[in-house]
Amino acid sequence: MAIITYREAVREALREEMRRDERVFMLGEDIGIYGGALGVTTGMLEEFGPERIRNTPISEAAIAGAAVGAAAMGMRPVAEVMYIDFITLAMDQLVNQAAKIRYMFGGKAKIPMVMRTQGGAGRCNAGQHSQSLEAWFTHVPGLYVIQPSTPYDVKGLLKSAIRDDNPVMFIEHKMIYATKGEVPEKEYLVPIGVADVKREGKDVTIIATSMMLLMALEAATELAKEGVEAEVVDPRTLNPLDIDTILNSVKKTNHLVICHEANERCGIGAEIAAQVADKGFDYLDAPIKRVCGPNSVVPYNQHLERAFIPSKERLMQAVKEILG
Amino acid sequence: MSLDTKKLLWMYKTMVTIRGFEEKAFDLFKRGLVRGSVHFYIGEEAMATGSCGAIEPGDAITATHRGHGQCIAKGAKVNLMLAELLGKATGYCKGKGGSMHIADVDAGILGANGIVGGGIPLATGAALAFKLRKEPKVCLCFFGDGASNQGVLLESANLASIWKLPVVYICENNYYGMSMCVLDSVACPNIADRAVAFGMPGVVVDGNDVLAVHEAVSAAVARARAGEGPTLIEGKTYRWMGHYSGDAEIYRTKGEKEEWMKKDPIARFEKILLERKILNSAKAQALRQEAEKALEEAERFAMESPEPSLDTLLTDIYA
Repeated sequence: MAIITYREAVREALREEMRRDERVFMLGEDIGIYGGALGVTTGMLEEFGPERIRNTPISEAAIAGAAVGAAAMGMRPVAEVMYIDFITLAMDQLVNQAAKIRYMFGGKAKIPMVMRTQGGAGRCNAGQHSQSLEAWFTHVPGLYVIQPSTPYDVKGLLKSAIRDDNPVMFIEHKMIYATKGEVPEKEYLVPIGVADVKREGKDVTIIATSMMLLMALEAATELAKEGVEAEVVDPRTLNPLDIDTILNSVKKTNHLVICHEANERCGIGAEIAAQVADKGFDYLDAPIKRVCGPNSVVPYNQHLERAFIPSKERLMQAVKEILG
Repeated sequence: MSLDTKKLLWMYKTMVTIRGFEEKAFDLFKRGLVRGSVHFYIGEEAMATGSCGAIEPGDAITATHRGHGQCIAKGAKVNLMLAELLGKATGYCKGKGGSMHIADVDAGILGANGIVGGGIPLATGAALAFKLRKEPKVCLCFFGDGASNQGVLLESANLASIWKLPVVYICENNYYGMSMCVLDSVACPNIADRAVAFGMPGVVVDGNDVLAVHEAVSAAVARARAGEGPTLIEGKTYRWMGHYSGDAEIYRTKGEKEEWMKKDPIARFEKILLERKILNSAKAQALRQEAEKALEEAERFAMESPEPSLDTLLTDIYA
């Protein structure tokens, strides 16, 4: 096992897949000599050249739409939209084109593309550069939505996403790139649609995504000091959602707290809570709690922004509330 | 450019087939057998025919919501198209797409599109795939005067131009985006004038002259195949029918329409073929009957085809 950063893990996945399959290519803003706004594609232009590392103008609709067209014609594009906030400029191409072509064409087309982007708060970037918009895409049949939180998962899932024949929204977090973790030196894949129990526990299940998973693990460590053993589950893929792993955990702990950075209303937590209430009502000894971003705009001021992002204290408080 | 007899007769028959298809589709719509909205191509047959006559079977197109003519000219089978219009399991899309989503990706038809301008970046991406694979193929991107005002045209055309992609943007200016006249919706005299800003040649052509369309598209295709990049072609034509099957057409005068109907692209082309003695009236009639017969057989096939089974509601969402 090597210890590498999340950023390096993304880059390794891209490199390995581009070496493996010449149909894979990248397009996006400033991904060439600049190496990407978040430094993910550093050095890739040198290895693969400008034909396969395609630096684009600031044209999100054309980036997404060209990826759809190239994918329909048998290529495997990995498109990058620098901030998920900018995805609004490419919604037609993702929602009306990429997601629907296969169905509308009677199953006689496939769109093997990955749309990589990153979201989240933490850098005082204010309301148009800090959002967590993953739930929008989980609502659209025809798209897969993946949100990995560790170097191991991001590498294995990105490789799977590139090899998958469906359009995949692959959502990273801007504060996560420098975090480190163990990654095997040998090739491996992480399957799409499989959740991972990141910490076992018997008292309460915490479902957490992206950066919140890292925070939830810290909270679990502190809770353990107080005698509460939390089981922390990372869905990793939001669609398809591995509800069985979640239900199995709730069956064991009888308590559920869901934590994500996206604002609470209609976030992925609402879907998870509804499914657990429907399929696992009898397992529950207390109401399901959500610890999420408030239904507000992500603010600029660092203190306001910190108040926006769900904290370890809030999560621990929620756990204690339902455990009585 | 001199075209061989075979190609000229193919053009004639294709134009006749497109018109016959639309008449049949309108009839089926009036009988309540075609549902939803249908956007008819009558009056614009020279655009699709002249354009698709300039490419090879391995090339691709993206079609529009008014796309029946473009698909037929690219080689789509009228029986599978009519079956799709009737929502049948045997249709191009198994009854899941309908008129606005006829597609045959393997045959290079990347789909009609329900979003105005939706096909523009897709065509650009298809051309990118050809370039990356170093295949000498082109993609024709059809869109209308209405779509010419969508921002994605600027993004896509600029991208195609800086990357010299083998795509030809073909604007079928039929004078109306639903009810809005192009004279009110576009500020410059010609949509093709915008090509200057895209950094590519812009060509205005008589969109009711199939030979002129063919010549302009052929030149653009040759340029694209040579790696010199995209071209924007604007064909001035006219939509004889309303925007869609239920349009009352209160936004234009009968006189305006009648003036354009005098420029019927099929009658014009037939006259040329008769003058050049490529056709005589007997041969013309035989070709029309052949087209009519094929459409009747297609209608029978579509009518006799089964409805999709209800369990297909949830299939084909994911690969």
